[in-house]
Amino acid sequence: MNRAAIDLWVGIFVALGFGAILFLALKVGNLLTLDGTPGYRLEASFDNIGGLKLRAPVKAAGVVVGRVEGVQLDTKSYEAVVTLRIDREYQFSKDTIAAINTSGLLGEVYVALDAGGDTTMLKDGDQIAKTQSAIVIEKLISQFLFDKASSPDGGSFGGSEPAKAADKAAEGAKK
Amino acid sequence: MTAELAAGIAQWLRRLGATVTGAVSQLGFAARFLIAVLWHTPHAFRRIHLTLREIYFTGVLSLVIILMSGLFVGMVLSLQGYETLKRYGADEQLGILVALALVRELGPVISGLLFASRAGSAITAEIGLMKTTEQLAAMEMMAVDPLARVVAPRFWGGVISMPLLAALFSAAGIFGGYLVGVRLIGIDAGAFWGQMQAGVDVWPDVTNGIIKSVVFGAAVSLISVFEGYIAKPTAEGVASATTRTVVISSLAILALDFVMTAFMFRGANAA
Repeated sequence: MNRAAIDLWVGIFVALGFGAILFLALKVGNLLTLDGTPGYRLEASFDNIGGLKLRAPVKAAGVVVGRVEGVQLDTKSYEAVVTLRIDREYQFSKDTIAAINTSGLLGEVYVALDAGGDTTMLKDGDQIAKTQSAIVIEKLISQFLFDKASSPDGGSFGGSEPAKAADKAAEGAKK
Repeated sequence: MTAELAAGIAQWLRRLGATVTGAVSQLGFAARFLIAVLWHTPHAFRRIHLTLREIYFTGVLSLVIILMSGLFVGMVLSLQGYETLKRYGADEQLGILVALALVRELGPVISGLLFASRAGSAITAEIGLMKTTEQLAAMEMMAVDPLARVVAPRFWGGVISMPLLAALFSAAGIFGGYLVGVRLIGIDAGAFWGQMQAGVDVWPDVTNGIIKSVVFGAAVSLISVFEGYIAKPTAEGVASATTRTVVISSLAILALDFVMTAFMFRGANAA
């Protein structure tokens, strides 16, 4: 094996290796689309953020438009202050509602933005006024049981009455 | 009777002591050997063709085994993962499962093990045989330092090859997972890549995988050149050195992997 051939093969090998690293970074890790684009920051206060984690997605109509960048506790109001970084290409109106949702029963927790009709847009550093906290399932269940126990038919779990109550609880959760 | 017993215990203790002392002194020798190799690093890069030749032998010639095993590991991971995820109705998450498993763990670890058994054993056998046939001694006679001429290029060749091989292994595995998940089972391609991109982060996932593979490359290369260098200059000695290289490298990879994982993947990323 002469030196030129070895050089060629090593060159091919190193190029392939770097190609693989690039593939992992760009195609698998998605370096460019979200982390590379500059964004602006919004803040939103929630009573309860449930299982929201750093870097959780921020979605509007199901489309990922940003990431959760920070979670802090406001020691005066005891509310959780969540910092959202939104991609610059997406603008949201002043009356946007931020809600903490879960995709599916076991799915990831994300922040959902519901755009309103206001014509002025949120700017960097603005606070989202209207928010909706995470739903804590344990609380829902205990509320449901408590409602059942205090209802006139003595809390029987058969028939259509509990089903209606469950529907109501589910509706309350959606709201 | 008691005297015999006491003598037996004393002998046993002596043997234990000798084993421990031997192990500690060998470890110290290995550490000094590492420093000596690092000291000769400039030489490995000044005469770059020596290192390139080693990258060719350890890296390029390992390509086929790395790519093939990566492909198969990815395909199996995809099949098995699908069977389990299907129970929870989460089969769309297959992309994350395959990518995270490969990038974080399987890529560096399995390619490290393959690297140790394919390239590491060859390095040990080569250096051990050079010692047996007194080529190393001959080099010293000609005022050529075998550490600079033989050991340092092989060490750096391994350190450079290993992360590239691990990245290729992960990439081939993800492609294999794609083949089985999307082409064979019929998961939506958009969901496969989209979930993967949402769940895998360049920092910490991909970078930590690369850091791991660099550490494994350094560990395996050091063990290989060291075992070759201290091999008994007999046919038997070279054989047992080669065996030791594979055994110690594999154990070192798995132990180091645990330690690094414990440090890297705790905290915010845990979910």
